[in-house]
Amino acid sequence: MSENIALARNYLNTPRGLKSWLLTLDHKRIGVLYLIAIMASFFLGGVFALLIRWELLNPGRDIMGPDTYNQVFTLHGAIMIFLFIIPSIPAALGNFVLPQMLGAKDVAFPRLNLASWYIYLFGALFAVYSMFSSAVDTGWTFYTPYSTETTTSVISMTMGAFILGFSSIFTGLNFIVTIHKLRAPGMTWRQLPLFVWALYATAIIQVLATPVLGITLLLLVLERVFGIGIFDPAMGGDPVLYQHFFWFYSHPAVYIMILPGMGIISELIAVFAHRKIFGYNAIAFSSLAIAFISFLVWGHHMFVSGQSPLAAMIFSFLTFLVGIPSGIKVFNWLATLYKGSISFATPMLYALSFLFLFTIGGLTGIFLGALATDVHLHDTYFVVAHFHYVMMGGTVMAFLGGIHYWWPKIWGRMYSEFWAKIAAVLVFIGFNVTFFTQFILGTKGMPRRYYNYLDQYQPLHAFSSIGSWILGLGFVVMLVYLLHSIYRGRPAGSNPWGALTLEWTNSSPPPPENFDEAPVLTHGPYDYDKVLVEEGSPARA
Amino acid sequence: MDSTGTLFMPPGRSTIAGEVDTLFYFIFYTSVVFFAIVVFGITFFSIRYRRQRKAGLTSGLAHNTKLEILWSVIPTILVVIVFFWGFKVFIKMHVPPKDAIEIKVTGQKWFWTFVYPNGSNSLNELVVPVGKPVKLLMSSRDVIHSFFVPDFRIKMDVLPNRYTVTWFEATDPGIYNLFCTEYCGKGHSEMLGKVKVLPEREYQAWLESGSGGGEGKTPEEFGAELYVSKACVTCHSVDGTLLVGPSFKGIFGHVTQLEDGEAMVDENYLRESILNPQAKIVAGFEPVMPTYQGVLNDRQLDALIAYIKSLKE
Ligand code: HEC
Ligand SMILES: [Cu+2]
Ligand SMILES: [Cu+2]
Repeated sequence: MSENIALARNYLNTPRGLKSWLLTLDHKRIGVLYLIAIMASFFLGGVFALLIRWELLNPGRDIMGPDTYNQVFTLHGAIMIFLFIIPSIPAALGNFVLPQMLGAKDVAFPRLNLASWYIYLFGALFAVYSMFSSAVDTGWTFYTPYSTETTTSVISMTMGAFILGFSSIFTGLNFIVTIHKLRAPGMTWRQLPLFVWALYATAIIQVLATPVLGITLLLLVLERVFGIGIFDPAMGGDPVLYQHFFWFYSHPAVYIMILPGMGIISELIAVFAHRKIFGYNAIAFSSLAIAFISFLVWGHHMFVSGQSPLAAMIFSFLTFLVGIPSGIKVFNWLATLYKGSISFATPMLYALSFLFLFTIGGLTGIFLGALATDVHLHDTYFVVAHFHYVMMGGTVMAFLGGIHYWWPKIWGRMYSEFWAKIAAVLVFIGFNVTFFTQFILGTKGMPRRYYNYLDQYQPLHAFSSIGSWILGLGFVVMLVYLLHSIYRGRPAGSNPWGALTLEWTNSSPPPPENFDEAPVLTHGPYDYDKVLVEEGSPARA
Repeated sequence: MDSTGTLFMPPGRSTIAGEVDTLFYFIFYTSVVFFAIVVFGITFFSIRYRRQRKAGLTSGLAHNTKLEILWSVIPTILVVIVFFWGFKVFIKMHVPPKDAIEIKVTGQKWFWTFVYPNGSNSLNELVVPVGKPVKLLMSSRDVIHSFFVPDFRIKMDVLPNRYTVTWFEATDPGIYNLFCTEYCGKGHSEMLGKVKVLPEREYQAWLESGSGGGEGKTPEEFGAELYVSKACVTCHSVDGTLLVGPSFKGIFGHVTQLEDGEAMVDENYLRESILNPQAKIVAGFEPVMPTYQGVLNDRQLDALIAYIKSLKE
């Protein structure tokens, strides 16, 4: 930190010292700690992704053998899901922003918050350990009986995921209580920013669904260590039972991943269209609707698993039902652009990318929710493309939008808008080249998790790999200008985007206690029709 | 549906393929319309309402009941249609006709075995008659696999503890790809097979020949063929590379190191290794080789042994 920003008293420089960071109870610092840990995981997972695409450039061996390949795609999945995407938005950005948005000093349980970060690190340690001691090769789904038979270190990896679950539960619990108890005077539920609503819905799933994953993984470990025979067919167990347990968590987990992203998008679209959000209630309640229905659709991962057709029918129907609220959100965001005053600052570019990519992700979900077409597409690259459009085109784009949006608040400094736009364009193009191709690979029958493939798929695979390099380049550019901005960026000012939510009323970076005096709510989060606010200056009622 | 394949779908070669593709393209074009609306909306609003100078106060319009009902109800109706349609075709795929030929399918790391109604069998190549429904009764010897023939649009998991069923009726003679689509370890992407669709008469002739094959070939040639068709190739190389199992190159007539002791590789040793692989385990390898007891007949065994003998250093 240098010059003027360093002089002002803020959460980054008060108190000083490594110890004060490692023992901090300040939600903003914990958010930053999470951010660092998460970005490191994202980097690692990204390197594995590039290795996968490199290996798939040609059929047969390019850079690694089949065993290594199987470990690499497993690690890519497990790291991206458990270490990056699940905690990304809630634990890093949510932690930093939520109390400020509510006008609170901190979350309800600051110690629990710090504990959740250490638990995250501890879980990550297990995962890293299992990387070096004959890494798991089961896929991130750990399907039995393969996972109970393989000689790789399944136990340490599942224990890692088990431990990470607690960190997720703690964060969720903390947010629920914070949202209920620590809102600024005058802030009714109808005046909550939509990001808060999204975090609330997410927290409910985190608290209710994660224990099921914990139980499942524990059973898996017991099965391996003591051979209790719950999943092992040789002992009268049922391997498909494992799939039910696993997806009972992991489908709702998909919404743990996407709901916070949708929350960010609601903020970004409103702020950069400078416009009252269209359909506030619809967006808020659709988050809750998604949260509840998401518990009832897990069987759509198992249409060809031998599950009964009646079950398949019910799960297919509910799957379509859970899609509707997401569609409604997209239309509401679109309508918010109408008669706005739209700025194309970098966060907005990510928000628009999100609309574009998430729509594709959602629509391709229909092919998979429909029973007859799913039979053909299940476990092919179509599914790989679909969930990357939702998870990366959706959540990661929203995360990047959020990072670029709150970056000036976090560090008090601005990044280079020019380079940020270049990176956003590279990421967008690279993403589509990489993954749109995979839809076609999938419909043509290319199965997923294949080390080797038939020659007929080579052109598409090569094209997809080239996309991954463009994507990688975009992220390298981003890394450089973001790091540069922390030290050299120009001071951001308290409200660079002209936003109306409370976190933009304090200074940037915020003081340790967030607000110099307790904020009083004078307007709603999206009252751009009533309150005059300009980029770089505070709101005037 | 078009039988040469379309931009998205591979050629359809079963009676169900056309129905799946029709649904696929119905969803596809509906999605394209929705996507176009969204993209057009983004583009149009972005240009029309881009910020020119200061933002100022903007419209407070946040509701339009008619519009909101419209964009909730229309998609709901469409997905309900897709749901029923998908379910209807799915049930067809699920219930085999009564007169279907029943073939037993076994998946194991990393190959497929097929047993036909008359007791003959084949490996990695499913032979069926054209224009006749075929029911597959499937199970696994180890982990979960999945039976997928893209050109037929069918897929079904193959489980270790119960039978699963799928069926198809091929519409054109030809040879089609068969993939394993449930991740099953090292050889997952090598667990490939073919479905060979023959005219009825040729199918019958093939069945009667006992699927033994090898007529008019030297034992070495026939053995080389079996080495590929019986999946030895997934685990054993003939050029000295170590795969899941040891290479066949130059093993005959030499002493091999076992987990406990050693053995001379002669005809009897080879025979035992193939029929009862767990009896003697080669040092440094895992006991994962499946038994070929009941899969290979004597002539085939002799041919394989002759072939291995011919692979000198
Ligand atoms: C799933 C992989 C797999 C398949 C398929 C397979 N084997 Fe093996 N085989 C192995 C492994 C592993 C070993 C070493 C361990 C052992 O001795 O059982 C082995 C050992 C052998 C040996 C002893 C080699 C030596 O150096 O002493 C012979 C002979 C053999 N296999 C023949 C065959 C033939 C013939 C086929 C095809 C009909 C076949 N195997 C198919 C995995 C396989
Ligand atoms: Cu799901
Ligand atoms: Cu497989």
